[in-house]
Amino acid sequence: MAITLSGDQALPGPPLSSRLTPAQVWGIVLLAPYLLVFLAFVVYPVCYGLWLARAPSNYVALYNDPIFARAAVNTLIFLVIGINIKMLIALFLSGFFAVQRTWIKWLSVIFILPWAVPSIPTILSVRFMLNPEWGMVNHFIFSLTGDDGPNWLNDPTVALSMAIAVHIWKSLPFWTLILITGRLAISHDLFEAAEVDGASWWQKFRFITWPSMQTLYITCTLLSMIWTLGDFNSVYLLTGGGPADLTHVLSTLGIRYLRLDQLSLAMASIVCAMPFVLPLVYFMMKRLSR
Amino acid sequence: MKLPGVSEFSWRDVATEARLLLIGIPVFLWTMIPIYHMFLFAISPKEDAFSGKLWPDHPTLHNFEIVFKQQHYFLRDFYVQFWNSVVIAASVGALTLFIATAAAFSISRLKVPGGRMVLNLALFTYFIPAAFLAVPMYRTMGNYGLLNNHWSLILAMVTIASPYAIWVLKQASDKLPVELDEAAVMDGATTLQIFRLVYLPLMMPSLVAIGTYAVLLAWNEYLYAFLLLSNDRELTLPVALGNFLAADDSPWELLMTTGFIYALPPAAVYYAFRRYMVGGLTAGAVKS
Repeated sequence: MAITLSGDQALPGPPLSSRLTPAQVWGIVLLAPYLLVFLAFVVYPVCYGLWLARAPSNYVALYNDPIFARAAVNTLIFLVIGINIKMLIALFLSGFFAVQRTWIKWLSVIFILPWAVPSIPTILSVRFMLNPEWGMVNHFIFSLTGDDGPNWLNDPTVALSMAIAVHIWKSLPFWTLILITGRLAISHDLFEAAEVDGASWWQKFRFITWPSMQTLYITCTLLSMIWTLGDFNSVYLLTGGGPADLTHVLSTLGIRYLRLDQLSLAMASIVCAMPFVLPLVYFMMKRLSR
Repeated sequence: MKLPGVSEFSWRDVATEARLLLIGIPVFLWTMIPIYHMFLFAISPKEDAFSGKLWPDHPTLHNFEIVFKQQHYFLRDFYVQFWNSVVIAASVGALTLFIATAAAFSISRLKVPGGRMVLNLALFTYFIPAAFLAVPMYRTMGNYGLLNNHWSLILAMVTIASPYAIWVLKQASDKLPVELDEAAVMDGATTLQIFRLVYLPLMMPSLVAIGTYAVLLAWNEYLYAFLLLSNDRELTLPVALGNFLAADDSPWELLMTTGFIYALPPAAVYYAFRRYMVGGLTAGAVKS
């Protein structure tokens, strides 16, 4: 639906193709603020960053840095395992929250809290809960078993799992909410018909829910993967990349190099992530800019 | 429907209810424990907090008193930092609204040449994780001489918030009927009058959603704030919270109290505007 305010009546005489209508002039004026922001704070930094990372020696240095390899593997684990677990739980919970009960309605209001509150204080709260000496978790384990609990954040595997758990805690409500909207859009008649035919819950899911939701589900999963690549807080504030820099992910690694004053390495590590990010971004743009 | 006096008891219903509770209770605990833990620390004296009790022996508001009277080394600039957070969040909200509304009007209603391309560029920026832009942004702000200046954080957050804002507002304004603009043109309205008198009032719900989005994004931001600002009196609250960890014997009960105070405004805003947020943002976030 083409809307143009550039009516001919705005211009006296025959329209000149070389002249802009007043509406178009306003269009350019109103678009200018964003274009300026875009040029100054996106185009310039990106070009400058690429220029800083131009030397091949940076990539050799990255290749030889075991922390970079470890961060790349951690990022993959975070995305492939963490996100899929999160989305499966979200899919499951979207079914739970679609059940009509007053208490479930109230629970859904509470369930949004992790998404509504800032992540910094809650991540720090989890960090103290996992403190081996004074944390609530190990106090609890001690009172149950009489044994000391593990030193949660001192083991790279456990620490990374905890960072993934924190990430899931924070963003699960958002994705559940979106999947609930997807689920509520399915016609109720289909379920009633299935009920009449005596379908089991698995058959209802397999033949009604999933076919209607799979596109949404896959879009959400990919989008969540892109955004999780940039999840700095969950790792940085929980483990700080430690122990021994073994739990870094790509988003915290750049900051680590920056703090070590290795700016070109920081940029190069981000450039290395681009071959994975750009196809995902391209795919998402194709889907959303219809 | 339950009829009074008629027993509707059935084992099937009990089993369904039990299964729902079996999901509901873990979901409740999972959601609340980190938040409850924060609250617990805020009302506990230090000894109780560190003893792992589920409820303090002597609940107290003393921690809040210390924070509000700035009676600790880490809290000496609490009010200044709180105010910084407020000013930065409000500025980001206002600037983002201004830039994004103008751009969306220009692209959607005025059909400015090249508008489609600008929209795609904006969408592209939206999908690139903001953490990846942080390092080059830090250097850029240095080159512009804006480091340690609130403007650096405001402009960075506007850059991050605008693409999504433009996209959502563009989607919303595409839905407004063409006839409105045409009628206004017939009546001799200028472009600016249409923008002010027709477009803005009709876009109000989306503007509220986007304004809230930008304000919360800025209020919650840690990474950019921590890179771009470093003087104690210029910090925002989240960075000040992160700085508590610098000490070996951090006063965690005060950290959690400050964190609790810091978390309250966005939670209140979120719940107040939930109607707009869910409708305006989730629908826009993923269009299937």
